[in-house]
Amino acid sequence: MSDTQAHTESHADEPHAVPLWLLVGVFGLLLVLTVVTVGAWMVDLGSLNIPVAIGIAVVKASFVALYFMHLRWDSPFNGAVLIFAMVFVALFISFSLIDTSQYQGNVKEAGPPPAEIEGLEKLAE
Amino acid sequence: MTTTHTPPPTTPDALPATEHAPHNYLNETRGIWSWMTTLDHKRIGVMYLFGVVGAFFLGGVMALLLRTELISEGPGVAKTIGDAIGEGWEDTYNQMFTLHGALMVFLFIIPAIPAAMGNFVLPVMLGAKDVAFPRLNLFSFYLWCIGAFLFIVAILYGGLDTGWTFYTPYSIDESHSVFKGMIPATFGAFILGFSSILTGMNFIASIHMLRPKAMGWFKMPLFLWALYATAIIQILATPVLAITLLLLIAERAGDIGIFDPSKGGDPILYQHFFWFYSHPAVYIMILPAMGVVSEVISAFSRKHIFGYHFIAMSSLAIALLGFLVWGHHMFTSGQSVTLNAIFSFITFFIAVPSAIKIFNWLATMFRGSISLKTPMFYAMSFIWVFSIGGLTGIPLAAIVTDIHLHDTYFVVAHFHYVMVGGTVFAFLAGLHYWWPKMFGRMASEKLSMWSWLLIFVGFNLTFFFQFIMGSHGMPRRYADWGVKLRELGFDEGQIELFSFCHKISTVGSYVMFVGFLLLAYTLAKSLLAGKPAPRNPWGANSLEWHCSSPPPHENFATQPEPNDPYNFTGWKYDSDIDGFAACDPKPLEH
Repeated sequence: MSDTQAHTESHADEPHAVPLWLLVGVFGLLLVLTVVTVGAWMVDLGSLNIPVAIGIAVVKASFVALYFMHLRWDSPFNGAVLIFAMVFVALFISFSLIDTSQYQGNVKEAGPPPAEIEGLEKLAE
Repeated sequence: MTTTHTPPPTTPDALPATEHAPHNYLNETRGIWSWMTTLDHKRIGVMYLFGVVGAFFLGGVMALLLRTELISEGPGVAKTIGDAIGEGWEDTYNQMFTLHGALMVFLFIIPAIPAAMGNFVLPVMLGAKDVAFPRLNLFSFYLWCIGAFLFIVAILYGGLDTGWTFYTPYSIDESHSVFKGMIPATFGAFILGFSSILTGMNFIASIHMLRPKAMGWFKMPLFLWALYATAIIQILATPVLAITLLLLIAERAGDIGIFDPSKGGDPILYQHFFWFYSHPAVYIMILPAMGVVSEVISAFSRKHIFGYHFIAMSSLAIALLGFLVWGHHMFTSGQSVTLNAIFSFITFFIAVPSAIKIFNWLATMFRGSISLKTPMFYAMSFIWVFSIGGLTGIPLAAIVTDIHLHDTYFVVAHFHYVMVGGTVFAFLAGLHYWWPKMFGRMASEKLSMWSWLLIFVGFNLTFFFQFIMGSHGMPRRYADWGVKLRELGFDEGQIELFSFCHKISTVGSYVMFVGFLLLAYTLAKSLLAGKPAPRNPWGANSLEWHCSSPPPHENFATQPEPNDPYNFTGWKYDSDIDGFAACDPKPLEH
């Protein structure tokens, strides 16, 4: 990039050095959260199973973004871009889930089409 | 920016309007290798231009074959081709419309304006020497080439007949005879997506980092706002296409149940994935087109753009709202009633920012000193066809009428008015507008006008009659339409109407084709023997008109002072150069 054209929005070129103890600490925390993820899988929380799993994953991803990707010390604009992207992911997943949750019951109730069952039976034989 | 080139010896800003820089990006270095390894955004833009025009030609040939097939009932040209390749004529027809759609969408419409013209113009408009990441720029061009190559492999390997949307379960139907090209084509679209993402990243970084200090956000030309909004969509939406196509390939190659109901998958989920990308992709196609129109309308009305802030913000509004309406493509898919209602409701909001643009362009023209040159004709044609395309979207956004119109020729006509009528007319407006800057040659105005007339008339003949057919229930994608419609209970009167409309539509496509041939001849003639272009043939004021035509390798020897891109008072027509010359010692300041 041309030096003469660098815009004032650009930040200092020197990389931000994260102390080693902090990186190791975050790594340890991520390991603990992984154990928590496995533990949560072993306990049946009913309808909370998926929200809890996603919640833990979001916390872990946030630590990765904040510390390993240096977002905590970066321009707020980059943080806004990340949050913006996450909102769109959430939007996509929630709208798709609204849809599938409405017709999945009917699909399960109806089962596979008869031709498919016959085909599978023949295959099994 | 890293480059091994030496700066041109002549300062372009110091040149009189009649003179050309002895060194420009076209002759700075020579030989095919210098083009293949270039990091110059202008050369990369020109290579994209030739690439997308090649794809447009191939897609256009497919379109002509389709229209020729449909001119009468029963087997026609599809049978001749089908016999030659050993396929049934109906399957051949399906392959033809699939390839037409896929080539046009993925290889032409999406990259045409941003990658070809955006690459050429964006850094010059910023007063910069290149984009922020020149190597990444060249890499994204080669990704485009690889994607294009994979599409050709798909055609040669056995083709595909799913339509450009690759809908499941068609695309996972292994028993189908023309299924072999599926994986190369989807992988090609996957690679093209990366090309699009990298271009978007480069544009966002360039606009953030390379803007001169004095060029605030609301002093940028509106084409840059349009490219910025487009880049946001490219970065946010295109990865979803990549994921979707990867899942499709994984399902086909790994026998995993994702979209296939017999394996526990959900085919409607595929449509969610696909349209979450592909509806915003419509705005990847349209937003840059709107940026071109903003530039052209203002320059050829010799009047400051009306409602600058509203046009700029409406680009962002379109980009954001475009993410919230994908489900309107799925009203008849079995999608939940709740979502249908939500998507229908939000879809109507898209009309607001689109209308803001249309009314602001009309207000710009009002009492302007309108100069009816070819770029302006194309820009005005854009307003006409895009308005028709937008208004005919209303009955498709309303669930009740969409049930009737879904999968009819009404939809075909609607999206051609929006995507082709909109994007192609704006692409041609931009091509004629920046052609003198790109190649330093003027194209014949007379021939250009004739080609515009043929393309405009041909386009409306082709697609307007499809609205009539569609509203009477003519379904799309029927090869043997006469027989099928009789089986469906259509009476002879209706068949006769469809037959008449199909004939007119096909004749229209031939007229359009002649127009494009004339356009190609005009531009080729201009390259070979065109009159040298002055620095500013149109009297526009964004920064690209301040450097010579064609621009030197690094655009500007010193960074130019940004100016109000829509203040034309500093330029006066000079008949000696048949262009505009600066007439005020300090005309370009705010």
